[in-house]
Amino acid sequence: MSSPTRPPNSPLQAAGLGVRYDRRSVIDDLDLAVPPGSFTVIIGPNACGKSTLLRALAGLLPAASGTVLLDGRDIASYPAKDTARRLGLLPQSAVSPEGITVAELVARGRYAHQRLLRQWSVADEAAVTDALRLTDVADLATRRVDELSGGQRQRVWIAMVLAQQTPLILLDEPTTYLDIAHQIEVLNLLHDLNGQGRTVVAVLHDLNHAARYASNIIAMQDGRIVAEGPPATTITAELVAEVFGLANVVISDPLTGTPLVVPADTRRPHPVAAGN
Amino acid sequence: MPAARTGRRAARGAWFGAALAALITAVALSVIVGANPLHPGAVLDTVFGGGSAESRFVVWEQRIPRTAAGLAVGAALGVAGALMQAFTRNPLADPGLLGVNAGAAFVVAVGITFFGVTSPLGYVWLACAGALLLTVAVYAIGSAGGRAAGPVRLTVTGVAIGAVFAGLTTGLTLTHPDAFDRMRGWSAGSLLERGVDVVLPVLPLVLVGLALALWAAPGLNSIALGADVARSQGVSVRRIQLVTLAAVTLLAGSATAVAGPLVFVGLVVPHVVRWTLGTDQRRIVLGSMVLGAVLVLAADVLGRIAVLPSEMPVGVVTAFVGAPVLIILVRRRSATAL
Ligand SMILES: Nc1ncnc2c1ncn2[C@@H]1O[C@H](COP(=O)(O)OP(=O)(O)OP(=O)(O)O)[C@@H](O)[C@H]1O
Ligand SMILES: [Mg+2]
Repeated sequence: MSSPTRPPNSPLQAAGLGVRYDRRSVIDDLDLAVPPGSFTVIIGPNACGKSTLLRALAGLLPAASGTVLLDGRDIASYPAKDTARRLGLLPQSAVSPEGITVAELVARGRYAHQRLLRQWSVADEAAVTDALRLTDVADLATRRVDELSGGQRQRVWIAMVLAQQTPLILLDEPTTYLDIAHQIEVLNLLHDLNGQGRTVVAVLHDLNHAARYASNIIAMQDGRIVAEGPPATTITAELVAEVFGLANVVISDPLTGTPLVVPADTRRPHPVAAGN
Repeated sequence: MPAARTGRRAARGAWFGAALAALITAVALSVIVGANPLHPGAVLDTVFGGGSAESRFVVWEQRIPRTAAGLAVGAALGVAGALMQAFTRNPLADPGLLGVNAGAAFVVAVGITFFGVTSPLGYVWLACAGALLLTVAVYAIGSAGGRAAGPVRLTVTGVAIGAVFAGLTTGLTLTHPDAFDRMRGWSAGSLLERGVDVVLPVLPLVLVGLALALWAAPGLNSIALGADVARSQGVSVRRIQLVTLAAVTLLAGSATAVAGPLVFVGLVVPHVVRWTLGTDQRRIVLGSMVLGAVLVLAADVLGRIAVLPSEMPVGVVTAFVGAPVLIILVRRRSATAL
């Protein structure tokens, strides 16, 4: 399914993209254009290929067929550091070396901006300080990452990606592990970054968050894109039923008017205790 | 917080200051102390151009080259160990895991047994050739079947091939008693009689290895966060891994060539450095360079005076020092900071 109209100047596009692990094809002939300046959210059931798509879009997986275009050019043709100055990625799972401090971890986001003989500059320092402040982890700067809570850790990882200072940010499930307040905080942070002109692409599992925060939704199923567009028109009861196999109703979010997915009550009644 | 960070920076400055002071002390002791009872004043006199013919010979032909050999071997082993631990992401990895030592020892044994090689300089070339041969073999076999050779595959291949070559070496020396005698001296690890002719040829190899290690260090920092993170930060993961391998071969190969297989230096030194300097590979490489040299020089000096009038090989001393440290490491629960 290729849509005929493509937003102009899309910073990140896929054309006829196919991705495979060894011999197994996960994504086949996929077309996609991330609208410039958008907050694009990818939704879809487990194992449908969201992380795979994100990794391919970031140039981490080679395209088995088709291309990924970064700023209009084949992503495979960029030198590694060049890509990293345009696009930052937070993968679904990242490991932190034991004993590393928050400030050190965030500083590693500056790799693409460093030279062999100029390892640390004023700009590097400013970028790290900004990233720590934006994610509200400045107070933790000297703490060890492995001694933080899951939510604090997640914000530190986001800070590391922010320190890379790329106009395009890709995040794979950035709100996993966070309590509801911190989920909203991270989403607000992404919203702010988006407001400052950065294009954000995130995989989210919470459809209601997706509906509230995204300007553009991409719904995936079995490695294909099944719906694309603003939340109001894409997140419908039919789509959720089709993609997730979940009976549901969609109502209007009382605060924002965006779609709000309410699962149908499919509980089986408890068996009535016999013999009484 | 900025206060805490500057505090940390000051602590690191103090660390390197202390390490350099230790290095200077070790170098001085290595030039002053020896089986030949020269007065320290006479040694100093000789270093600055004076001295008798005999003291000139002892200082310039024996002690200074031997000290240079200790510096090069210690720095090389310390850094090779740091690289191996970062490469395999295993805090107990050591340069021997890639089989470099076993390859070097095998070719030295062949040289001794079949070609009657007897000089330290002869061993140098044989050991270098062996180290190179083994790395190429490990790499070729590790990437057979068209798949990229990751750290795990390479290490497993290295251990396996290393074991085969170690077995071959044992078989060779057991069946050739006179070769066994000479191998025994080499494989204990010693800096005795390492003159300028032995040290000079490997010095460029060590320097190139150290430069490659420093070049790879920032990339290794990112690779420690996972391959996906490293790539998205702009690291060419393959390239960094190849450069790391090349550096380990150069460093471990030339150290083994000069001194024979020295155990524990490559394992213990980076560990101690990480405890005290943290997780940044740039600092770990620099710190291991200095501390490795200190350890080998100190062990060598100790070996010269421990069992007078004979000498204890530096490899034996490092084992005596290293074994307790290793046991402490393993018993510590958080021994793994990488
Ligand atoms: N490294 C890999 N090697 C082989 N197959 C993989 C690999 N990573 C993912 N897959 C497979 O590719 C398919 C898509 O996986 P992917 O991780 O992209 O799903 P996802 O949509 O991100 O799922 P989730 O919501 O659980 O994160 C799955 O069937 C998975 O088993
Ligand atoms: Mg995923």
